[in-house]
Amino acid sequence: MTETSEIIRSGACRIYIPRDSAALALGADRLARAVASEAARRGIAVDIVRNGSRGLFWLEPLVEVQTPSGRIGYSNVQASQVSAMFDSGWPACATQDGERPMPATDPDGSWQAGMPACVGRVDAIPYLAKQQRLTFARIGVTDPLDPVDYEAHGGLAGLRACLALDAEAACQTVLDSGLRGRGGAAFPAGIKWRTVSRAEARQKYVVCNADEGDSGTFADRLIMESDPFVLIEGVVIAALSVGATEGIVYVRSEYPHAIAALEAAIDVARREGWLGPDVLGSGRCCELRVAKAAGAYICGEETALLESLEGKRGVVRAKPPIPALSGLFGQPTLINNVITLASVPFIFAHGAQTYREFGMGRSQGTLPVQLAGNIRRGGLVELAFGVTLRTLLDEFGGGTASGRPAKAIQVGGPLGAYLPPAQWDLPMDYEAYAAVGAVVGHGGVVVHDDTADMAGLARYAMAFCALESCGKCTPCRIGSTRGVEVIERIQRGDTSSRQVRLLHDLCETMVSGSLCAMGGMTPFPVRSALEHFPADFGLPAGAGRCEAA
Amino acid sequence: MVSTPHATLAPLLARHAGRANELLPLLHALQDREGYVDPAHVPAIAAALNLSRAEVHGVITFYHHFRSAPPAATVVQVCRAEACRSRGGEALVAHVEACTGAHIDGEASHGVSVESVYCLGQCALSPAVTINGELHARVGPARFDALFADAREQGGHD
Repeated sequence: MTETSEIIRSGACRIYIPRDSAALALGADRLARAVASEAARRGIAVDIVRNGSRGLFWLEPLVEVQTPSGRIGYSNVQASQVSAMFDSGWPACATQDGERPMPATDPDGSWQAGMPACVGRVDAIPYLAKQQRLTFARIGVTDPLDPVDYEAHGGLAGLRACLALDAEAACQTVLDSGLRGRGGAAFPAGIKWRTVSRAEARQKYVVCNADEGDSGTFADRLIMESDPFVLIEGVVIAALSVGATEGIVYVRSEYPHAIAALEAAIDVARREGWLGPDVLGSGRCCELRVAKAAGAYICGEETALLESLEGKRGVVRAKPPIPALSGLFGQPTLINNVITLASVPFIFAHGAQTYREFGMGRSQGTLPVQLAGNIRRGGLVELAFGVTLRTLLDEFGGGTASGRPAKAIQVGGPLGAYLPPAQWDLPMDYEAYAAVGAVVGHGGVVVHDDTADMAGLARYAMAFCALESCGKCTPCRIGSTRGVEVIERIQRGDTSSRQVRLLHDLCETMVSGSLCAMGGMTPFPVRSALEHFPADFGLPAGAGRCEAA
Repeated sequence: MVSTPHATLAPLLARHAGRANELLPLLHALQDREGYVDPAHVPAIAAALNLSRAEVHGVITFYHHFRSAPPAATVVQVCRAEACRSRGGEALVAHVEACTGAHIDGEASHGVSVESVYCLGQCALSPAVTINGELHARVGPARFDALFADAREQGGHD
C-alpha cells in the first residue's frame, strides 16, 4: 500500500510492462517504447516498471496499471494500439475499467474496437488465483532486478534463517521438507545435500543445472528472467549448507535473455552483499557465476554438464563415482536443477513442515506445471502434487488452441511418455506416473490435438536421440538410428509383428543398456505412442503392446 | 561483426592461456566477435590452452552452437521440438523454406539460411522462431512473412 500512496503523491501513474522473453517475443519492447513516447507527448507522468511475467502467457504482452484497488491488467497489448488507448483516457481510466472488465473471463474478445481487453484485477484472474504459488510467488509482481522489491516481497528470509543453522541442521531441513529433484530424476534433495556436506575436501562446488532443453518446459527460464534473485538465494543457501564457496549456473545458449537477467541480478546481489566474501555480514563466502552452454541437449545430464564445465565435449561419465563425491574437477559437487534450488528459500523461510503439507504420498510440495503445446491458455501453473491432466487441460488450459479434441499429452519432456485420455485422471505424483510407465519429470505438459501423427512423433523421438546422443554408449548411439529405421519401415506399411517386436526389443536394449536417461528414456514416448495409438502406425487395436508382438 | 581474425584472437588467447577448462568461454567470445570459429584458429587455440588440435576440433564440432563458417546475412531458426510441432511447426518450416528458397539445415539462398533449433522456451506460445537472433513467438505463416520482411529491411539499412 505504501507504493500506491507514493505514486498518488508523485502524480505518476505506475505501469508494468513485462521484460520476460515471452512478452518480448510478442513485441513488449516496442510496446514499452510506444507507451513512454505517447505519455511524454501528452505530458502524462508515467512510471514504467519492466516486471517479469506472471506466467499467464496467452495474455502477453500483459500490461498492468497500478490503481488504489490493485493492479488492473490489459491483455495482448500491441504498440499500434497505444495511441487509441491514451485517446480513451488510459491509463487514468484503469480504475473504472477494473470495476467492469470487458470481458471478465474471456480475454480473446475485444471490449472496444481496436482496444486491448481489460482483464480486471490481475491477481483475481482465476487461472492465477487458483494456484498455490510458493516458488513462483513473486514472478510478474516484482521488478526482477530491484533488490528492495525482492526483500519487500519476502526475499532473503530463507537465507537469514539458514545463516542461523549449522550445516547438518540445514541439510536436515531440506530432507524434512520432502523436496525431490525438480529436474526430472526426483532424487531426494536432502540426501544429496548431506552427502556433499559430509564429504571432506579442500574445495566443493554448487552447480545449478539451467540447461533446460526439454520441449514443453520453461519454468527455469521463467525463474531466471522473472525472479532471478530467488535462484541466487537458493544457490547461496545450498553453498552454505554443503560447505561450498563457489556456485556456477550452467545456462543454455538458447536463453540469451535468461543469461542477461541472471548476470545482471548477480551483479546487484554482489553489490548488496548477498554474494561475495561476506554474505549478509556473516563472514562466510559464496561466489557465483554464469557459464554459457553451447547448444548440446545432452549437457542437461549432470555428468555431461560437468564435462562441459571442464571445457570438454559433453560426454556422459559412468557412475560411480557420484558427483556428490567426485564431481567438477574431481571435487564434491552439489548439482541441482533451477527449480530445486529456487524452492529452497521458501522452505527455509517458512519451515520444512509448511512445505511438506502440500502434495501427496512421497511427492511433497508444489510442482510448477508448464502448460504448453496445443493449449488455449498456456502458462505456468504451480500447484501441489496430485492435480490431474484433465483439470489442467480443461480448467486451466481451456482446451486446445485449435479447438479440436485433445488426443495425447506428453508429460516430462521429449523423454516422457504420451498419455492417452484414459490416463488423464491420474494424479500428478512421481510414483503414480511411474506405475503406468510415465514420468512427471520437470512438469512439462505438451498437448496434441487429434491431427497429431503419433507414429511421426515416435519417429521424431528416436531421431532427436540420434541427433543429440553424446555417442559414448552403443544402445543410445546406434539404437536411436536403428529405431528411426524400424519406425520408418512400419510407417511405409510393413506392419508385421516382426517389426513391432524388433522395435520393442530395441527399446528394451536402450532402456536397460544405456548409460544415462537420453538413451534410457527415449523409448518412453516411442512405446507409449505405439501402445496407445496403434492406428497411427497402421496397426490394429492392441497390436502395439509389447506382449502382443 | 567482422574484424581481422588475429586482432580478435590474440587478446582472447592471452586471457585464457593455460586454462583448458576455459575453452568454451573462449570459443563463445570468438564467435560473438567474428560470427564463427574459423578452423584456421584451431592450432593457436590448442597451443595456448595446452590441448591437442583434435580436442579443440572435437569441442567445436560437438556443440551445435559453434559455427565453422561465417553465417549468412540473415539467419532464421525454426523450432522443431514437440510443443512447436503441436501447433503447426513443421508446416511453418515448409513455409519458411518456400519463402526463403533455403533448405532447412542446408546451404544459404540469397543470403538467407534456415536452421533447426530445439526449444526456445516459448512452448506455451508456439511455434517459435528467431530471425537474426531476435525471438518471436506464436509465428504463423503470415506473421513470419511480416517479421521476415522487417528483418530484411533492417539488414539493408545497416
